Amino acid sequence: MLRQPGTVGTRTRAHGSGGADGGDHGSGGRFDRRRTRAESTGRTGDRVLRSATTAAAVGVSAMVAAIGIFLAWRAVPALQRNEANFLTSHEWSTTDIQHLAFGIADLLALTVFVSAFALMMAMPVSFGIAVFVTRYAPRRLARPISYIVDLLAAVPSVVYGLWGLLVLAPALEPVATWLNSTFGWFPLFATGSGSVAGGGTVFTAGIVLAVMIIPIIAGVTREVFTQTPREHVEAALALGATRWEVVRLAVLPFGRSGFIGASMLGLGRALGETMALYMVLQTTSAAFGWSLFDSGASIASKIALGYAEFNNALQAGAYIAAGLVLFALTFVVGAGARLIAARGNGGRS
Amino acid sequence: MTVDSGVRAAGPSVSFIPTSLRRRTVDGAAGVLVWASVAAALVPLAWILWTVVAKGLPAVTSSTWFTHSLSGLSSTTPGGGVYHAIIGTLLQGLVCSAIAIPAGILVAVYLVEYAGPSRLGRVTTFMVDVLAGVPSIVAALFIYALWVVTFGFDRSGIAVSLALVLLMVPMVVRSTEEMLRIVPGDLREASYALGVPQWKTIAKVVLPTALPGIVTGTMLAVARVLGETAPLLILVGYAPFINFDLGSGEMGTLPGLIVDQMNNPSAVGADRMWGSALTLIGMVAVLSIAATLLARRSTVRGGNR
Repeated sequence: MLRQPGTVGTRTRAHGSGGADGGDHGSGGRFDRRRTRAESTGRTGDRVLRSATTAAAVGVSAMVAAIGIFLAWRAVPALQRNEANFLTSHEWSTTDIQHLAFGIADLLALTVFVSAFALMMAMPVSFGIAVFVTRYAPRRLARPISYIVDLLAAVPSVVYGLWGLLVLAPALEPVATWLNSTFGWFPLFATGSGSVAGGGTVFTAGIVLAVMIIPIIAGVTREVFTQTPREHVEAALALGATRWEVVRLAVLPFGRSGFIGASMLGLGRALGETMALYMVLQTTSAAFGWSLFDSGASIASKIALGYAEFNNALQAGAYIAAGLVLFALTFVVGAGARLIAARGNGGRS
Repeated sequence: MTVDSGVRAAGPSVSFIPTSLRRRTVDGAAGVLVWASVAAALVPLAWILWTVVAKGLPAVTSSTWFTHSLSGLSSTTPGGGVYHAIIGTLLQGLVCSAIAIPAGILVAVYLVEYAGPSRLGRVTTFMVDVLAGVPSIVAALFIYALWVVTFGFDRSGIAVSLALVLLMVPMVVRSTEEMLRIVPGDLREASYALGVPQWKTIAKVVLPTALPGIVTGTMLAVARVLGETAPLLILVGYAPFINFDLGSGEMGTLPGLIVDQMNNPSAVGADRMWGSALTLIGMVAVLSIAATLLARRSTVRGGNR
């Protein structure tokens, strides 16, 4: 709001000479051109604010660069002393700093596996929520439902972990046991390194993760679906499409890439989630076997579990190396999400 | 496609053909699935909230909960409270906010008011997205590598605050940017036409107009950051006593208390754990609800909410 039009108006005269931007900033300018004091402050103020905001913007890039550089810098000494192959080894022994041997093969596999499992459950549910809110819900219900689904994102991850460990895992026990005993012949449901009944498995952790990423995927997808051109919807309706056919013929072609981009955002979040997995997953020394009833650790939860070992640069370096891989992984997934979303958007925003 | 054939069959004289059974079945099934997916999201939410309230209420309603710490109490001694943890969580959040909010607003102002189509603008938008995707454990490791390994400081509350800054800045930038973009261009132009310099237009016209929205977004960001746990594990130890000093020593926090009591198998431990969870959720809820109420009073409104 312009609060004081009178005082502002007095300055119009002098401002007309010389563009608002890119005028000369010479030190003597203010006296030569007989500017009022308020105006000369204007030039200085503009310069100050422009520099400050530009510096902050550059700072963001500097931060991201610093994350990569510092992680790499601190990981190298540990990697040089590593007696195992960092990318292919399954073991993780960093207690003896004379003989460091650590590899992320199992951690990476479990991270990707549990995230993919969570994504498979979260994607259809999030799609359904977005469709509900944009096309199915009565007007009175749409906003409250979006709001409530967004609340899922506000629950701290440590509370998810607590719930997953102490409430969900026992509740899922019959389901897990049944899946294991009925479909145990299928590798996905085979008895793994974790206790099926105990619940500290990828199965429980994946379900917790799915709940955690639903609000992210559903929220972004909803925004995209809302932008479906009205003409497309009305054209479909005019052709006699049912409610579902409107979604299939108008909403989905328009919003497909947005939905996939949103899912990749959710995937990025799942890959980096720490506390829920830290609390739910039982640790094990057995190798990861691609079963839902395996236990173990993801990259993130392994780092969190190792906090007691952060006593010297070398031990910490092993975990920092793992963190670097996680950073690269989330970076790639995030960039992919943006690319897909941008392509589907036809260059808009 | 079924829709096409339906239209052709209708022919020139408009006579309506009832929707085929197959299409009606598909439509009905889709409707059921859509409703079911909403339930699939609401059930866990209600379940979590109910569990936390039911299990946490006994502890939270005890007389010493908000006024005492757990100092000197063994893992099985009932009593005590979470005063120390609330102090820790709030102090760390406060320091984080003091850095992240101004920084985030400056970046957003740059993106909306100065960047235009410039290269730095595009790079910054990209980098904000990258930063938003950085897992909290990676942010914590970075601060560990920078603050503890390189600068040689001890683990402390301030290190946690710095890690939280990395997580909070992108949230503040995004919400502020969104709010600044919906400030009508007419307001800026009217201000320029009156000869007001750009910085004053931003400070006196654009920012005040967007302020309620910015505050809302910022409060939601604070609420998110308060519950972050991973940086606590790596960057500060848990302490059961009151510590006001962010610069040194271990420090109790609500998430830290939850993780600490996970190793306490007694009933007292369970009480403390769920009580802390309820307190934490209560803090997040107060901030979120206040933010939502404030958003209702906003002078500029978002497009679709």
